[in-house]
Amino acid sequence: MKRFLLYATLVVGAIIFLYPFVWMIAATLKPEPEIAGFHIIPRHLTFESYHFVFNKLPIIRGFVNSLFVSMIVTASVIIFGSMTGYALSRLRFRGRATVYNVALLTMMVPAQLTIIPLYTMIVGFGWVNSYLALIVPAMMSSYSSLLFRQFFLSIPQSLVEAAKLDGCSDWRILFSIFYPLSKPVITTVAILTFMGIWNDVLWPLMVIRDEQLMTMPLLVTLFAVGGGADARLGVQLAAATLLALPVIIAYIFLQRNLIESMASSGMKN
Amino acid sequence: MQPSEAKRFSMWNRGERKGESRREKAERGLLPAAFRPLPSQSADRAGYLMVLPYVIHTVIFIGYPLAFAFVLIFHRWNIYSPMKWVGLGNIKLLLIDPLIWRALGNTIFFLLIHIPLQLIIALGLAQLLNQKIRGRTFFRASYFLPVVISGIVVTILWQQLYAYETGLVNLALREINLPRVGWLTDPRIAMVSIAVMATWKNVGLYVVLFLVGLQAIPSHLYEAAELDGASSWQKFRLITVPMLNPTIMLVLVLSTINGFSLFIEPYVMTGGGPVSSTLSGILYLYKQAFFFGKMGYAATIGFFWALIIFMVVLIQRRVVETEAV
Repeated sequence: MKRFLLYATLVVGAIIFLYPFVWMIAATLKPEPEIAGFHIIPRHLTFESYHFVFNKLPIIRGFVNSLFVSMIVTASVIIFGSMTGYALSRLRFRGRATVYNVALLTMMVPAQLTIIPLYTMIVGFGWVNSYLALIVPAMMSSYSSLLFRQFFLSIPQSLVEAAKLDGCSDWRILFSIFYPLSKPVITTVAILTFMGIWNDVLWPLMVIRDEQLMTMPLLVTLFAVGGGADARLGVQLAAATLLALPVIIAYIFLQRNLIESMASSGMKN
Repeated sequence: MQPSEAKRFSMWNRGERKGESRREKAERGLLPAAFRPLPSQSADRAGYLMVLPYVIHTVIFIGYPLAFAFVLIFHRWNIYSPMKWVGLGNIKLLLIDPLIWRALGNTIFFLLIHIPLQLIIALGLAQLLNQKIRGRTFFRASYFLPVVISGIVVTILWQQLYAYETGLVNLALREINLPRVGWLTDPRIAMVSIAVMATWKNVGLYVVLFLVGLQAIPSHLYEAAELDGASSWQKFRLITVPMLNPTIMLVLVLSTINGFSLFIEPYVMTGGGPVSSTLSGILYLYKQAFFFGKMGYAATIGFFWALIIFMVVLIQRRVVETEAV
């Protein structure tokens, strides 16, 4: 009996978290009057909502924009973050302690404090309505650099000594010896960075006005706020589903990695 | 110096060899960092080259905006015309601005609902998952799904669920013969609705955090308590909760920061209404900057908001630490 209650609670929990998404995807395939109902299988299957979204929104373009921006930022955060992490953990140079302390400090600066001055700066650079505004400010991350540093500290120094004896430069040690050993930390940094950029709305909302340059979540947000969907429920949900689908698919395959990375990011403070 | 003392003193210089140079000692790791000889030029250069991009980027994109924030606070500026010095004008305005206090009140109200819900549900589900059960991976993954989905998707979805005429929540109420509720249109309820939605979205992350915390509690503690005849409630109160203290602190801080970052939900669902009942600090900052072009005032709001977050987190830390003692 106790076991039964345990499983019943767990299953009810799972339904509460999963059912709304299933209902949402189902609703995009139903005609408008049918949406207000609990059933999942559409009585009259229709793709009209998707037709509407694809006609009204450059959603494919938005997807490509999001992918482009997220991938460049992620690659940059990994490359520069690992360089910083390597220097902070393995190299001695004057000012190293200062750089490390500054990195710790910048993590405590709340984004609310810098977002307006940062925006005025982007305006000053003339970067409004360009990919630069989306990419450049996010290209490095103190948190990721510190994650790399932390991980690199656990790699035995003897490996570095041996490589140095063989005449390896620090660059080669980092990219050809440390990288293959650092899959866990690279995965974590990649997932956190990619998800952060992919899901961000506030910053793109500030710096992008041109529909052709908008990221996918920004397009969908403005579509929902601006009434572009003509108050049609199915259309709004279709836009949301298109935005969620890549993440859901990635989640099905990378579920373990995603959960572990995001939980470890919670542990940081 | 007594001989024994001399011996103890020499222990500090463990393994020192006679006539050893500083460099030799450093190589055996015997000198604290500050006394180590400076490394060779090439290591120096590689180090500088590797941190240089990061340092430049941080100075430009964090250091400069941070400094400029303190300039903006004392100016009126719409970006396009020249800045105008207003002294403490923005700060005075902020202190008597009913809307910023409204936003702060709304956020605290949000947190008072969101945090207890979050803690209870997350801890409850984590306890259930921390038993010998089949399909733990599946359950964990399903609770976590909303965490990875973008906030805007969740917001659009819940806007439909909360809709007055066609929303599933009101349809369910009708099934059991209860009147409809204006989940997003009633000023007394709108913020509660958003807090419930935010809990649904984030709770999976905290389930996983609590699960990690629970698994780290050594089982012999519970076994010892059982021998002493402790009830399950006593075990929970006297072992689980104290051992989970760091996780509880973490969940508190994370959900507080979440609450103070509320933006997309009110922006899409309610626009801050009805009658400002869901106005959040970030939404207000955004409106001041982009609807009214008041960059100086928006920066002041940002500064104020950052200060409040800092203070709230400090207070929470203090409270949790005294609880632990």
